Amino acid sequence: MSVCTLRINDHDLAVPLGTTLLQAARQAGIHIPTLCFLEGLSAVAACRLCLVELEGSDRLMAACVTAAAEGMRVHTDTPRLREIRRTVIELLFTEGNHVCAVCVANGHCELQNLAVEVGMDHSRLPYRFPQRGVDLSHAQYGLDHNRCILCTRCVRVCDEVEGAHVWDVGWRGEHCQIISGLGEPWGDVNACTHCGKCVEVCPTGALFHKTDTSEEKQGHPERLQALMHARTHQQWNP
Amino acid sequence: MSACLRLCTAASCRSRGATELLEHCRKALASDQAQLRVKEVGCLGPCSDGPLLAIDPTDRLLSLQEVNGSDLETSLAEALQRGNDATGLKQWQPSGSRELSPDEPFLNLQRRLVLGRCGVVDPESLADALAAGAWQQLPRVLEQNDPPAVIEIVRRSGLRGRGGAGYPTGLKWATVAAMPGSQKVVVCNADEGDPGAFMDRTLMEGDPHTLLEGMAIAAFAVGAQQGFIYVRAEYPLAIERLRTAISAAEQQGWLGRGIGGSGFSFEIELRVGAGAYVCGEETALIHSIEGRRGVPRPRPPYPAEHGVFGLPTLINNVETFGNIPALLELGVEAYGTGTKVFSLTGHVQRSGVLEVPMGTSLRTIVETMGGGAPQGRQIKAVQTGGPSGGCVPASALDSPVDYDSLKALGTIMGSGGMVVLDDTTNMVDIAAFFIAFSREESCGKCIPCRSGTVQLEMLLRKLLERRGQVADLEQLEALCHTVADASLCGLGQSAPKPVLSTLRHFRGDYLALLPAAEVQR
Ligand SMILES: Cc1cc2nc3c(=O)[nH]c(=O)nc-3n(C[C@H](O)[C@H](O)[C@H](O)COP(=O)(O)O)c2cc1C
Ligand code: SF4
Ligand code: SF4
Ligand code: SF4
Ligand code: FES
Repeated sequence: MSVCTLRINDHDLAVPLGTTLLQAARQAGIHIPTLCFLEGLSAVAACRLCLVELEGSDRLMAACVTAAAEGMRVHTDTPRLREIRRTVIELLFTEGNHVCAVCVANGHCELQNLAVEVGMDHSRLPYRFPQRGVDLSHAQYGLDHNRCILCTRCVRVCDEVEGAHVWDVGWRGEHCQIISGLGEPWGDVNACTHCGKCVEVCPTGALFHKTDTSEEKQGHPERLQALMHARTHQQWNP
Repeated sequence: MSACLRLCTAASCRSRGATELLEHCRKALASDQAQLRVKEVGCLGPCSDGPLLAIDPTDRLLSLQEVNGSDLETSLAEALQRGNDATGLKQWQPSGSRELSPDEPFLNLQRRLVLGRCGVVDPESLADALAAGAWQQLPRVLEQNDPPAVIEIVRRSGLRGRGGAGYPTGLKWATVAAMPGSQKVVVCNADEGDPGAFMDRTLMEGDPHTLLEGMAIAAFAVGAQQGFIYVRAEYPLAIERLRTAISAAEQQGWLGRGIGGSGFSFEIELRVGAGAYVCGEETALIHSIEGRRGVPRPRPPYPAEHGVFGLPTLINNVETFGNIPALLELGVEAYGTGTKVFSLTGHVQRSGVLEVPMGTSLRTIVETMGGGAPQGRQIKAVQTGGPSGGCVPASALDSPVDYDSLKALGTIMGSGGMVVLDDTTNMVDIAAFFIAFSREESCGKCIPCRSGTVQLEMLLRKLLERRGQVADLEQLEALCHTVADASLCGLGQSAPKPVLSTLRHFRGDYLALLPAAEVQR
C-alpha cells in the first residue's frame, strides 16, 4: 500500500493513498465539522462545512471528498474558514423554521450542536420564516419540512443501504424539498420498508418517530456504521 | 456564384417576420424564368436591422425592416422581368428597404472563421455546405491518421474554451486522449443559458455542419466513438436544423460507422435539456445526459477521467468545436490569435452577432461596430460574461477583449454575451437582476449558493428600496465572498461576481442609495 505524508495544522501524518483529508484529520484527532457527510454513505460535499485551506492555493477544498496527496499542507481552522462555517450555519437557520424549544431533537441535534460550536448566538442575516408542511402520513414516522436542512442523508441511506429509494430531492434552489415516492405522501409509498434508517441518520428533528416528543429524539448514525461494517466484513455478531 | 437571394430565417429575423417575407419572395420567383433561387440562411450579423436579405453574386445586404411583404413581392417580380443587370435585380431596392454598405464597421471589422459559412449556406442543405467547403478537414485528418498531430495543432494554436472558463483546449484533448480504455465520449455543451448570449444558437441555426465536423475531428483525435450534443429545449430551430444536419451527414457517411472508408466510427445523439442554467455546468450536464437530476458534483474526478456513464469524456462548447475546421484549414500561422464571437445587445445602436479577432478593443466593438449608445446617451458600462461575469466601466473601454485583460478588470470573457449599459442604468439594479437570475437557477444542492443568493438578493432589494444602512453594504460584501468561496460549483462560485464588480467600479451607485447622513461619516 502506498503512503503519502502531509501536514494538517501542526500535525505531520502518513496516510494510505486515497485517504480523504477528513479521514486523515480524524485519525490525527483533529476535528473538522461536517453535516452532509456520514460514514457509510457516499459523500456529496453539499454542506460545505468541512472546507479546508491548502497552502499555495486560494481555492478551498471540501475535506470529505478531497484525497490526501504527498506534501499537502492543510489548515482546518483559519479565520476565513471560521467565518464561512458560521455563515453557513446562519444560512441554514434563516432558510428553515428551527424552533428548538419544541423540537423532538432539542439537545441531540447536530445542527444545534454546530451552532454552538461555531459560536452562533444569533443570525446576522434575517430569518425568512418560509411556509412549509409536515407529513404525518406514515404509520410510524413523521417528516417536518420546517426542520429539514437538505443534507440528503435520508435520500442516500434509503437508496444506498436499504435499497428502497423512497426519497429524492424535488424542485430547485430555495424551493428544494425532500420528496417521497413521486411526490406522494410518505405513507402511500409502497417502496418504504419501514426500516427507520432514514430517521436514524437524520441530523435534525426533521424525520422522527411519532412516539417521540420534545427532546426525545436521538439520532443513531452508529447503527448505520455497524451495519456497513457487518456487510463489508461479513461479521454479523457484534 | 449564380444569382441567389439569401434571407436570414434564424431566430431574430424570424421574430421580425422573415418567414412571411420568404413566402413573398418565393411567390415572386415562382413565375421567374431566370431561375433565381431564394435560400434560407443563418444569421447575417446586424440583427437589429433584420429581417436581412443578401443578394448574390453582388453580396449586397438589405435591411427589410420597413418593407411590406406584398410590395416586396411585386417589386421583386418586376426587377426579375427586367433581368439581372443595372436596371434589374442588380440594382433592385424594394421601397422601404435600406442597403447596408459593406464598408460599415459592423461588417468589415469582422473576421469570420467560426461563422465563415453562417449566413452563406442553407443550414438545411448538406450539398450547400459541401459546396462552401464543409467536411473537407475531416477526410484530411482521417487520411493522415495521426491523432496526436491534430491535438498538437490545437495546442499550438492556443485555442481556449469558449464556454466561459477558458481552459486550454489542446490540453483538454490531450488529457482525454491519454486516458486508458477504448470507449470514450465527446460532448458538445450547447446549453447556452446566459441571459444576453446567443452565439452558440447562431452557429447551430446557421451552419450546423461546422459544429458536427469539429466534433468528429475531436472524436478522432481523442479516440471517442460516441457523441452527444446537449442543447436546451428553448432552441427548437437549432434542434431541428441539427437533426437534419446529423441525418444528412450520416447518409453521406461523415457520421456513423467506418467514416470516409476508414476504421473510424462516430455517432452523435442530441440530448434536449429542459433549460436549467446549471445544466451547462459540466458535471450537472453529464448527470442530465445520463437521465439523472442535473446537479453538479465535486471535481475531481474531472469529466476527462470520469464522465458520461463513467467513461473518459471530452466536453467542449459549440464555438470551441466550431473553431476546429477553420483552424485546420488555415494552419496555426494563418489562424493567428483566433477570433471570438460576441452577441452584442443592450443600449447600442446596432445589436447582433459579430466575430472579431481576439484582442479587439471593447471600444471598437461597442462604439465603432455597435454605433455606441443611443442618441443623447453615454455608455456607462459593458457587462460581459453574464451571471458569472461583471461590468467593465466606460473608462476601461480601450481594454482588449481577451481572457486575461477582462479578468484583470474583475469580469470574464465568458461565452460572449455583451450587454451595453448607458448612463440611465443603475448598476445596483443590474447586480440585483443577475443575482435574482442565479438565485432562480441555483440547483439547491449546496447551502452557500441555495440560501446565500436569496440573502444577497434581499440585501440588494433593501438597498434599492432605500431601506439600507452602511452595515448592509458591509454585510453584502462579506456574504459575496462567502458564497464565492464556499459554493460547490461555478454557479455559486461566480454568482456574486456581478455584485462585486459593480461594487468595485460603481460604488457611487450603491452609496447613493444610503441615507446621506450615514455616508458622510
Ligand atoms: C453554471 C454554469 C453554466 C455553464 N453554462 C455553460 C453553457 O451554457 N455553455 C458552455 O459551453 N459552457 C457552460 N459552462 C462551462 C462548462 O461547464 C464547461 O467549462 C465548458 O462547456 C467547457 O467547454 P470549453 O472548454 O470549450 O469552454 C457553464 C459553467 C457553469 C458553472
Ligand atoms: S423507513 Fe427505510 S425504507 Fe422507508 S424511507 Fe426510511 S430508509 Fe427508506
Ligand atoms: S429529512 Fe433529515 S436527513 Fe433528510 S435531508 Fe432533511 S435533514 Fe437531511
Ligand atoms: S453552487 Fe449552486 S448550483 Fe452549484 S451545486 Fe451549489 S447550489 Fe447547486
Ligand atoms: S461534510 Fe464535507 S461538504 Fe458536508
